[in-house]
Amino acid sequence: MTQAVTIESPTATEGATARIAPQPLLSVRGLTTRFRTERGTVAAVDDVSFDVAVGETLAIVGESGSGKSVTALSILRLIPDPPGRIERGQILFGGQDLLKLTDAEMRGLRGNRIAMIFQEPMSSLNPALTVGMQVGEPINQHRRMPWSGALAKARELLGAVRMSDVEARARAYPHQFSGGMRQRAMIAMALACEPQLIIADEPTTALDVTVQAQILDLLKDLAQGVHSALILITHDLGVVARYADRVVVMYAGRVVESAPARQLYAQPRHPYTRGLMASVPRLDGDTGKRLVPIEGQPPNLAALPVGCAFAARCPQAVDACRSARPPLREIGPQHQVACILES
Amino acid sequence: MTQPLLRVDNLKVHFPVFKGAVFQHEVATVRAVDGVSFTLARGETLGLVGESGCGKSTTGLAAIRMLTPTSGRIEFEGQDISTLDKTQMQPLRRRMQMVYQDPYGSLNPRMKVRDIISEPLEVHGLAGERRARAEKIAQLMQAVGLLPDMADRYPHEFSGGQRQRIGIARALALEPSLIVCDEPVSALDVSIQAQVVNVFVDLQQRLGLAYLFIAHDLAVVRHVSNRIAVMYLGRIVEIAPRDEIYRTPLHPYTQALLAAVPVADPEVERARKRVTISGEIPSAMNPPSGCRFHTRCPHAFARCRTDDPPLVGMGSGRAAACHLHAAP
Ligand SMILES: Nc1ncnc2c1ncn2[C@@H]1O[C@H](COP(=O)(O)OP(=O)(O)OP(=O)(O)O)[C@@H](O)[C@H]1O
Ligand SMILES: Nc1ncnc2c1ncn2[C@@H]1O[C@H](COP(=O)(O)OP(=O)(O)OP(=O)(O)O)[C@@H](O)[C@H]1O
Ligand SMILES: [Mg+2]
Ligand SMILES: [Mg+2]
Repeated sequence: MTQAVTIESPTATEGATARIAPQPLLSVRGLTTRFRTERGTVAAVDDVSFDVAVGETLAIVGESGSGKSVTALSILRLIPDPPGRIERGQILFGGQDLLKLTDAEMRGLRGNRIAMIFQEPMSSLNPALTVGMQVGEPINQHRRMPWSGALAKARELLGAVRMSDVEARARAYPHQFSGGMRQRAMIAMALACEPQLIIADEPTTALDVTVQAQILDLLKDLAQGVHSALILITHDLGVVARYADRVVVMYAGRVVESAPARQLYAQPRHPYTRGLMASVPRLDGDTGKRLVPIEGQPPNLAALPVGCAFAARCPQAVDACRSARPPLREIGPQHQVACILES
Repeated sequence: MTQPLLRVDNLKVHFPVFKGAVFQHEVATVRAVDGVSFTLARGETLGLVGESGCGKSTTGLAAIRMLTPTSGRIEFEGQDISTLDKTQMQPLRRRMQMVYQDPYGSLNPRMKVRDIISEPLEVHGLAGERRARAEKIAQLMQAVGLLPDMADRYPHEFSGGQRQRIGIARALALEPSLIVCDEPVSALDVSIQAQVVNVFVDLQQRLGLAYLFIAHDLAVVRHVSNRIAVMYLGRIVEIAPRDEIYRTPLHPYTQALLAAVPVADPEVERARKRVTISGEIPSAMNPPSGCRFHTRCPHAFARCRTDDPPLVGMGSGRAAACHLHAAP
């Protein structure tokens, strides 16, 4: 039943019992997800905790392979088992632990109250169905709207994500779309049931900056509603600067820094965060210069060192960094960092 | 002037649109590429940017004849290749390669890296005897910054950035003179993106490769390109040397594109006046009359609605298709 989880709308409680800090829409606690691979068991997500408040846009950034998508898939309980398993943690959505719901309850929630925009549009779209059918399906399924209405709504959604010729486009198949059009079809699908929580995994990598701005404005608008929120997974630090209220930085399956966006850019405290900031090419940068990548390779999750996972690439590392995993510590208001050099 | 490596002249690629479940009949045409011309010199990088769906990938695919153009002329090393068939193209294939956006989908998951990289050599009968082949693979892997002892691993054992470099090594195996890069770094996080961009730049300097570099990230395009072409709805609307286009964009669409780039600084972003081009994205099946951008252009005047502005040279290697910049 879709009614299993109810969210108190903040407007309903305003007035009489106001002044209580609003409960976060989503609260992830100690999430640990492992995969069994030929090279051993890896903790793709290792003891990850964060909150997403109502109306908030939370960005998750971090190196390729750091566990961003696995975190998102864990929230939706879409981890392929085997080889994967959510081993520990709580995922509280509106106060209820999603990890305790039955599969049927979870199906009722997915694509409905929580929607995900997947990272790879081509592998998430069905090549044999028209785009209109795919966008209309969640409406038909969750809202029990007859197909004619669902298809009309689908065309409306395709227009909302800036598609032209929606009549013809809704009848076309994914292979007839450009990369960016496929990505927008995915977004239209995710928006179909007006979800409360949208998890967007690299939603605009295939889009030019003007369409990107329109789509992200649209997502941000929806997220600022009284019941909703947005988790934005992206490697575009310009997009994070423009849209995120708060940022979680991941490295090797862990949260290494978490802070309000302005704070993070003004004073990045983890050496990995600083390296990330330095490798961004800028429109006003010096074109003759080489870009500054973070030297070295991302760590092998199957053979993580005892100490800090970033130590091998960290310009500031000292011996103590290699002896124990640094815990995530509060170093300022809402600012947490996992580095022993920062306190 | 010396002959360009690639000359594309009035290229058109149109796709039919069908309707009907059983008896399909053509009801319209998507004019994906609709009169595109440019040249690319040896060792040069031409950046190609523009709105999603404007025809960048189609232009790139047609330029190296992975697609058959509807009309227009494509000259590669002085030879007209626009109408060559598959067998006629075969000997030319090795000199033009493609690197795709998706480092996940474009590598066969069941092949070892060594076989992925040497596959094009086999196809062209250039693999040579075992030792020479192994050496060649090691060289290629080194050229893109991979350790040769990784050759026996499978793609899923690599990170996104490493996989993208495998794709580049494969493209380099045949020593091409032209590589079409279709969003080669969009799927990568910034620190790996920086590594891969450096690989592209170094290889160009060492091997004199030319790139047609398609990307959405204007800062990356600026970093790698000598010249930049901006496309809108199947056409090039502006083309200019790199610094000119960023310093003084002439076409209103180019201006809008540059103004929309997010800056990696929340203070700048909050203080900034946001200018986004509004208006419906026009149809590629039935493009607007006159200038194709007039429906969204803040400067459009009467003539823009009726006359299609040609791409005219402005001197110093620049050209723009806009009535605001046309000779009277
Ligand atoms: N199905 C799977 N089987 C085995 N390992 C997996 C699987 N899915 C993910 N992993 C591993 O989990 C780790 C985290 O992957 P994840 O996809 O979350 O990275 P990410 O941060 O989203 O990276 P990217 O920026 O490249 O998308 C990686 O090391 C990956 O190899
Ligand atoms: N095989 C096809 N059949 C029908 N239409 C197609 C086909 N391939 C491309 N198109 C259409 O051609 C137009 C241009 O597509 P193309 O892929 O070249 O765009 P693009 O500029 O690369 O966009 P993006 O930035 O989104 O990747 C689009 O309208 C697309 O729908
Ligand atoms: Mg991911
Ligand atoms: Mg494309």
